[in-house]
Amino acid sequence: MSRAGRWVREHLVLVLGLLVLAYTFVPIAIVVLMSFNAPASRNVYAFDGFTLDNWANPCADPGMCDALARSVQIGLLSTLLATVLGTLAAFALVRHDFAGRSASNLLVFLPMAAPEIVLGSSLLALFVATGFSGQLGFWTIFVAHVMFCLSFVVVAVRARLAGMDDHLEQAAMDLYATPVQTFRRVTFPLVFPGILGAALLSFSLSFDDFIITNLNAGTTTTFPMYVWGVAQRGVPMQVNVIGTVMFLVSVAIVVVGEVGNRRRLAART
Amino acid sequence: MSQVAETPTSPERPSAPARDGDHTAYDGLRLRQVTKEFAGGFTAVRSLDLDVPRGSFFALLGPSGCGKTTTLRMVAGLETPTSGTITLAGQDITYAKPYRRPVNTVFQSYALFPHLDIFENVAFGLRRRKEKDVDRRVREMLELVELSSQARKRPAQLSGGQQQRVALARALINQPEVLLLDEPLGALDLKLRRSMQIEVKRIQMEVGRTFVHVTHDQEEAMTMADTVAVMNGGVIEQMGAPAELYENPRSTFVANFLGQSNLIEGRVVQRAADVTSVDMHGIAVSVPTPRVHTDSDAGWVGIRPEKVLIGPPGEELDAPGNTIPGGVVSDVSFVGVSTQYLVRMPWGQELQVFSQNTGRTRMFSQGEQVELSWRPEYAFLLDRSQDAAAGAAERVGG
Amino acid sequence: MTSTAGVAPPLDVPGTGTGPTPGAPPEVPPETGRRRGKTGYLLLLPGALWLVLFFVVPFYSLVATSLYDPAGSDFRGYEMTWAVGNYVDALQEYWRPMLRSLWYGALATLFCLVLGYVLAYAIAFKAGRWKNLMLVLVVAPFFTSFLVRTLSWKLILADDGWVVNTLQFLQVLGEDGRLLATPVAVVAGLTYNFLPFMVLPLYASLDKIDPRLVEASSDLYAHPAVGFFKVTWPLSLPGVVSGTLLTFIPASGDYINAELLGSPNQRMVGGVIQSLFTDANDYPAAAALSMVLMVLIVVMVLLYVRRAGTEELL
Repeated sequence: MSRAGRWVREHLVLVLGLLVLAYTFVPIAIVVLMSFNAPASRNVYAFDGFTLDNWANPCADPGMCDALARSVQIGLLSTLLATVLGTLAAFALVRHDFAGRSASNLLVFLPMAAPEIVLGSSLLALFVATGFSGQLGFWTIFVAHVMFCLSFVVVAVRARLAGMDDHLEQAAMDLYATPVQTFRRVTFPLVFPGILGAALLSFSLSFDDFIITNLNAGTTTTFPMYVWGVAQRGVPMQVNVIGTVMFLVSVAIVVVGEVGNRRRLAART
Repeated sequence: MSQVAETPTSPERPSAPARDGDHTAYDGLRLRQVTKEFAGGFTAVRSLDLDVPRGSFFALLGPSGCGKTTTLRMVAGLETPTSGTITLAGQDITYAKPYRRPVNTVFQSYALFPHLDIFENVAFGLRRRKEKDVDRRVREMLELVELSSQARKRPAQLSGGQQQRVALARALINQPEVLLLDEPLGALDLKLRRSMQIEVKRIQMEVGRTFVHVTHDQEEAMTMADTVAVMNGGVIEQMGAPAELYENPRSTFVANFLGQSNLIEGRVVQRAADVTSVDMHGIAVSVPTPRVHTDSDAGWVGIRPEKVLIGPPGEELDAPGNTIPGGVVSDVSFVGVSTQYLVRMPWGQELQVFSQNTGRTRMFSQGEQVELSWRPEYAFLLDRSQDAAAGAAERVGG
Repeated sequence: MTSTAGVAPPLDVPGTGTGPTPGAPPEVPPETGRRRGKTGYLLLLPGALWLVLFFVVPFYSLVATSLYDPAGSDFRGYEMTWAVGNYVDALQEYWRPMLRSLWYGALATLFCLVLGYVLAYAIAFKAGRWKNLMLVLVVAPFFTSFLVRTLSWKLILADDGWVVNTLQFLQVLGEDGRLLATPVAVVAGLTYNFLPFMVLPLYASLDKIDPRLVEASSDLYAHPAVGFFKVTWPLSLPGVVSGTLLTFIPASGDYINAELLGSPNQRMVGGVIQSLFTDANDYPAAAALSMVLMVLIVVMVLLYVRRAGTEELL
């Protein structure tokens, strides 16, 4: 048997795993490729020629950039509120004992377990029943996004808090830190990475949501809704520019976080 | 268990200090009638009275669940007593917040702040109180615990022993009236533990502050502390200098938890001012009256295994003492510094005998007839209503 | 001995303030595990209120809507007539997309399990120091818009694309054979999009397994495959169960893949609900259909979890 053959045999599982991983990147490669595409016609979705035009004029279709800006706005606003509410709730669930604690845990769990279409239609049913069906738009989307992001924030922050040694806060109090100082100097810095991670997750969930948003958006268009719309009548290649940028930004965030970790580890001697 | 130097048994020192109510007169740590009940009705500490003199190295010794950690946490302010008072240098601190009392703790898990480096961990208390000279004082403290070169590392980068020293430095730098140590050596391996015991003792002598050390390891307590309080079931069984506790235990729990003891059924025949005569399975033995800790006539005659002498039948042993004939060696273990015998007595009990290998006595073998004897001043008499095996299972190590 | 309770001074009962100690004891012992008191409620209240208002109440509203008089409209208003017939009507008309959703969801979950297990296993046991990097790579593609990713599958599976051409060349597909607008494309899209929901719980579960157990099994069993099925697989079951649930629930509720990659013949129930709501404005039927989907999923999940014997997961 050849050396390469033996290597593949020994690392068969790893090779198969890497193949699966490569498979997940195929559509990303297409997105990046198509961002440089000069389409011959609007109706045929195929690579026809190389161009930088899409990158030079990302907002060639003003509708797309409006939708994009709206998605960013909704994402930031709903992330802000969901992170604050979710972090407070996580503190309550981990640090405090009260009647109804397990019911509250269930309340947090259920929105994550329910299919999106059910969450979306429930909210729409409520808006219709309360006479808001005419006012569907930015704020109803915001309300919906905070709702489904909240649970994810609670879960992420709760995990971080629960993993924290509660002797640390006792030690701070023992070392003359008042409750406020204890929170500012010990609790918050230790929980912060969890909160930050929760906020990033929340933003990406909000930014990417289509099913719930589409039901409750009225005539307002978010970026995923824009893509949905143009998918029927011809996709401007700038959509792929946005897709590529999203991929690069998320990779950059991960790399920055990882480098920070490595640097801390590298201090080890 | 090592041999303890012979000390004349001192007259009993009052371990329950006079309840004079004048707390301001006392400059140490004083607990009065402290009780802690947890939700669910479990009483961790009941009516505890305790005086810890200023500048002493005090150990609270007991098996897990005896209430020693709860006591420590009440002194630290991390638990509130259900009733009773705690005063420190005359000040009532019973309900003072933990950050408002001059007490610092070395936690069992060290509880070093993972997001701060060693320097900032040690500086934490000073910075909270806005003290001056933080830089110099932290550097001095790091020097004391020999960690100057590690100042800018994170806790996770240090070894267990180093982390332990950081925890110690972080607490000590605040110059607390009392330093509390909650089993701080529990996580270390045996060798490191022994060297840290010596290290902590050195630091205590150097800084001259009151240390209250909680541990379940009797050897650790005896090595480090100048006063040991043995706790069991939420109360203090006995308190005193390590040698005093070892030589003159007042309950079967202390007798077994602090080293090993032979406890033999006996009945008081006559009580005199200096000597009490006891009938032990038909053999008359005497116990110094100050070492009798029971009012009833039924008792346990106690004797430490290393105080028992072993010899062939009929041979005159040592000074005039209590001689018990008719033993048969049932087991011999040679452990180097000593030989440990199990001797079956005529009444069926097996007694332990540790014979120092001085070379002057020969070794006995299994099945041999022997006679045992001990000096009366080493024996003690305990109450028969107490369990003869109390504390034996909880003892750490041999 | 110190327990001389007989001569104890009057106990200082906390809260009575009659004891000899200055200062009242604090109501709550500080820092002992979970604190009681009102603060917990105050912290929880805003978040819980939001979830009650926009999750619990809407669900109630959905149930109510599903029982409204079907003759109503947004313009005329709806009347509660306890019209259970809505359910019968909805199912009669839409039982095909409903079953199709569950079937496609189950198929996608199965494919995710196979692919995800290989990947999670490789990361947990074979990746060595590349473990973290590989985990990052699993998640990274999924930060790109769901819809944009799905659109690129449309391109990959296109009729004159290289995938179809290759399959035609290999005679797997006929001359006019296509992938787009077939169940294959829809299930492939679902599998792709929900793969991380499978990989991450599987990895979490596999990573906890002590590799020495696997070594011990290879020491005790003749063949590694036997060791896998007797040791690794059973120990990874919690991850398998939560991974399949996390994949199945959103996959069967999804309609983006069906609409973008399939044809009307591959329509899934989510799409039906969506268009009943926004195009047909037939709210009672849409709500009823939504309820049926929810109930079917819950029933399937409960049956599955019971079979898997890991009820503590719920």
